[in-house]
Amino acid sequence: MTTTTMPTERRPAAPAPKPAHSGSAKPRWTFAGTATAVGAVLLAVLWLVPLLWALDTSLKPEPETTRAPITWLPEAPTGDAYRSVIEQGDLIRWFVNSTVVSILVTTLTLFVSVLAAYGFSRTTFPGRRVLFGLIIAGILVPPQVLIVPLFQEMTGLGLVDTYWGIVLPQVVAPVMVFVLKKFFDGISRDYEDAARVDGASRWRIVWSVMVPMSRPILVAVGIFTFIGAWNNFLWPFIVTTDPSMMTIPVGLANVQGSYGLRYAQIMASAVLGGLPLLIVYALFQRHVVRGVGDAGIKG
Amino acid sequence: MQRPDWKQRWGGLFFVAPFLLLFALFMLWPIASGFWNSFFNTSLAGVKHEFLGLQNWRDLFGDPAVWSSLKNTLVFTAMSTPPLVIIALIMALLANRKGLLGWLLRFSYFAPFVLPATVVTLIWVWIYQPGFGLVNGLLTAGGFAEIDWLNTENRAMLAVVITTVWWTVGFNFLLYLAALQGIPTQVYEAAAIDGANGRQQLFRITLPLLSRTTGLIVVLQLVASLKIFDQIYLMTNGGPNYATRPIIQYIYESGFTSYRIGYASAISYLFFAIIVIVAVAQFKLFSGRGEAAA
Repeated sequence: MTTTTMPTERRPAAPAPKPAHSGSAKPRWTFAGTATAVGAVLLAVLWLVPLLWALDTSLKPEPETTRAPITWLPEAPTGDAYRSVIEQGDLIRWFVNSTVVSILVTTLTLFVSVLAAYGFSRTTFPGRRVLFGLIIAGILVPPQVLIVPLFQEMTGLGLVDTYWGIVLPQVVAPVMVFVLKKFFDGISRDYEDAARVDGASRWRIVWSVMVPMSRPILVAVGIFTFIGAWNNFLWPFIVTTDPSMMTIPVGLANVQGSYGLRYAQIMASAVLGGLPLLIVYALFQRHVVRGVGDAGIKG
Repeated sequence: MQRPDWKQRWGGLFFVAPFLLLFALFMLWPIASGFWNSFFNTSLAGVKHEFLGLQNWRDLFGDPAVWSSLKNTLVFTAMSTPPLVIIALIMALLANRKGLLGWLLRFSYFAPFVLPATVVTLIWVWIYQPGFGLVNGLLTAGGFAEIDWLNTENRAMLAVVITTVWWTVGFNFLLYLAALQGIPTQVYEAAAIDGANGRQQLFRITLPLLSRTTGLIVVLQLVASLKIFDQIYLMTNGGPNYATRPIIQYIYESGFTSYRIGYASAISYLFFAIIVIVAVAQFKLFSGRGEAAA
């Protein structure tokens, strides 16, 4: 599906098929093609600079971070900032909380969304259209407008400062139901008919026909749900007051205060807070890129 | 066992039930109770003091803080949306290539998007730091006067917008990239045979074919920008002198700092109405016309 050539360059790019007389499909060196590549790399460097600067700062001894004129590379790189940040203990606790919360949100979201998508795509029951319409309307509701009544509800349910209090509201993702239902609609019914002939129940069909057939989109939806849950700030910030229940984004919001102006330590905690997802993303980049295509464009 | 016709008629509900239960508990219920609260003088403890009728709503229209924070949200949206669309498009055109370079470009452009708001703001507050931050370090090294970005009224919003573009442009970039990769090669081959050069192919083929995607991205981005809270709260706390406080922060403060639950709910509804209007209007606009400005 992707082209072997790059016809979408800004300028007459090297690999674009040339007018009939040249006729060669092989990439050819051109000035414009090189200029485009250089521009692309410069933009990439510009985008990486803040991350590298954070890493750079975190490896400096504290006094060097506040020296003016600024130094580029640390004169004597040190892991002291990382050691102090980890020894203070909270970061590890927040990391565990974030992991538990994100895994719960992702698994539960996939579970209930897959079931609901199958229900709306393949079964009929009274009120199905109305309910689906209601869920579509739910896509428009920004969770931010619900924070106040939702917090009251959580207080009433006794879920403030609990994992379930952080997790459950995030599991309600109408857009996931919509995307998966669209995808299921596109799967031929022949497969489940065959399974049904073999005596499979609808429950079995969901897990052994529909889910395996939609693996790429489930992986993509799962990764985005995980990233979203890991990074969610506003809701965990509201529903946790006990530092030992905080997730990484919420916990880190206070470090500027608690570390004072120790920039190497602040940057070390930022690097540690950001690293897990950068690694996840580097490993799953292909799925992420393809998943946006499957879910975003058709959605 | 149940009678088969019962199962046939209602069995499907079993599949949607778990989602519906959560949907009802954590979306429908708060929507309804928030609306109900907006007519009461409610404290955070949940004790209803008195029925106020439309008092909260009348207060809201006379409260300058509502309008100034709403204005800040709209200013942020107007400043952040164009770069978030245009830079995303440029990135997609640049990174739509195979091999290691393509991988590295895609990684660099999208990487910030996977970071939590707090990590992003810790890094950028440090970058904007007067004296020894990166930006001011470069400014003074170049002989310019340094700027206290986050504490200067007409600079703070710009600083937040720059941070936001860096952080979130990657998502729009991926949407554009997916659309680019969906354009069949044959279209370009045909154009090349007809003698179209690269520039003509870009402006006559690529950009027009991306117009539907652009419409989608603009809608998604406007709605996302209107929901601004995290970065501003963490970088400026709405300051200096409330110059950057967005509407969601005012909702948060009304509810959780001033404990005016009913009032906060009323503002939430005003904000919700604006989001729905923008989303529906944009959708009508873009689905009605084929072409959109790229």
